[in-house]
Amino acid sequence: MKPTLDREALARLVAGDIPHGSYVNLGIGQPTQISDFLSPELQITLHTENGMLGMGPAATAEEIDPDLINAGKVAVTELPGAAYFHQADSFAIMRGGHLDIAVMGALQVSAGGDLANWHTGEPDAIPAVGGAMDLAVGARQTWVMMTLFTRSGKPKIVPQCSYPLTGEYCVTRVYSDHAVLLINDGVVTVRELFGISHAELESRLHGVRLSPAARHGRNA
Amino acid sequence: MRLRLADADEAVADVRSGSSVLVGGFGLAGQPVELIDALLRTDADDLTIISNNAGNGDTGLALLIAHDRVRKVICSFPRQVDSWHFDAAFRDGRLELEVVPQGTLAERIRAGGAGIGGFFTPTAYGTPLADGKEVRVIDGRGHVFETPIRADAAMIKAHLGDLAGNLVYRKTTRNFGPIMATAAETTIVQVSKVLPVGSLDPEMVVTPGIYTDVIVESA
Repeated sequence: MKPTLDREALARLVAGDIPHGSYVNLGIGQPTQISDFLSPELQITLHTENGMLGMGPAATAEEIDPDLINAGKVAVTELPGAAYFHQADSFAIMRGGHLDIAVMGALQVSAGGDLANWHTGEPDAIPAVGGAMDLAVGARQTWVMMTLFTRSGKPKIVPQCSYPLTGEYCVTRVYSDHAVLLINDGVVTVRELFGISHAELESRLHGVRLSPAARHGRNA
Repeated sequence: MRLRLADADEAVADVRSGSSVLVGGFGLAGQPVELIDALLRTDADDLTIISNNAGNGDTGLALLIAHDRVRKVICSFPRQVDSWHFDAAFRDGRLELEVVPQGTLAERIRAGGAGIGGFFTPTAYGTPLADGKEVRVIDGRGHVFETPIRADAAMIKAHLGDLAGNLVYRKTTRNFGPIMATAAETTIVQVSKVLPVGSLDPEMVVTPGIYTDVIVESA
């Protein structure tokens, strides 16, 4: 059995699955780390929803410019060929289907591909959605990167989301520490497992129907 | 309206209590902090602020909220690590919040400035942010009807402006500036330098001067 993936290994795995030449938006938090493993030969262009294509790595020392930040408000750099644009253009890039892949974190993903990642729904929580709903429905593919279970061991892949939705039927892949799952028409297919058996995964994701791992190529 | 060159205090003098104000910026990038500081020196309150965030740290928009000048915030992402003034005011019930997805916020402002009476977007369909809104299935996909946003004033920050009101921005500070400039009765712009007419390459102008009403140089 392969070992459970740590965050870095998971970021490396996702990076390896992004096709050559893609336009990609990496969400705030864990997905940001994917950029550390994108080699320049892949010619992947990063979009940041605050208005830039061709975003480079985080800025260090004298590179830091408060006028050049990413969606997480972290100082970043620009790569040759970068472009700046206003917010209406930035979200037209998403909703217009021009972005190939958005990778986001999640609180829950349903077996049907519904995404919940903006609000716990608790009465005293301050709701804040940012660009999550636009990304969820706008990118051609929405991938989720998360731990498969909460700290208390509850599954984050569920038959129906209990948290308020970010988008319906939008998630096509889930990359997690224990499994890579493909979601298509309400069927969850196990692509790879890490540190957990198929039987154990099935028992812990109660109520979610899992198809066995496909034996063929990874980009099924 | 012809372009007026002013200092920050003169520029914001017409923003009255009860006004709606579009405030540019994504976090502090592009936030017109000098204009907001000038607004704080007036007695305008009961404001409706439309901005992506609801203030950062102890500066700009955050101070406007801390000083109870704001009645309502329309934004996409109020809760941040440094939004303590908003968080406190919201939890005390001192201000009203309308959360709008960022792309929908941008498009509502764009529509407001472009004379569009609203639009259907797939964003937020099937989520709580579509509650109570008209929905329609277009090409097999659910859409939500969203209304335009216009305001009494826009306060934005650009990099360079000329005396014709033409503006260019710097890097990711562009964010909401170009669309907010179009969607207000009075557009007040803070720039780092005001240049003579003819100094900006017309091919490079991002906001044409027709949208700019008041320009303030703030180095």
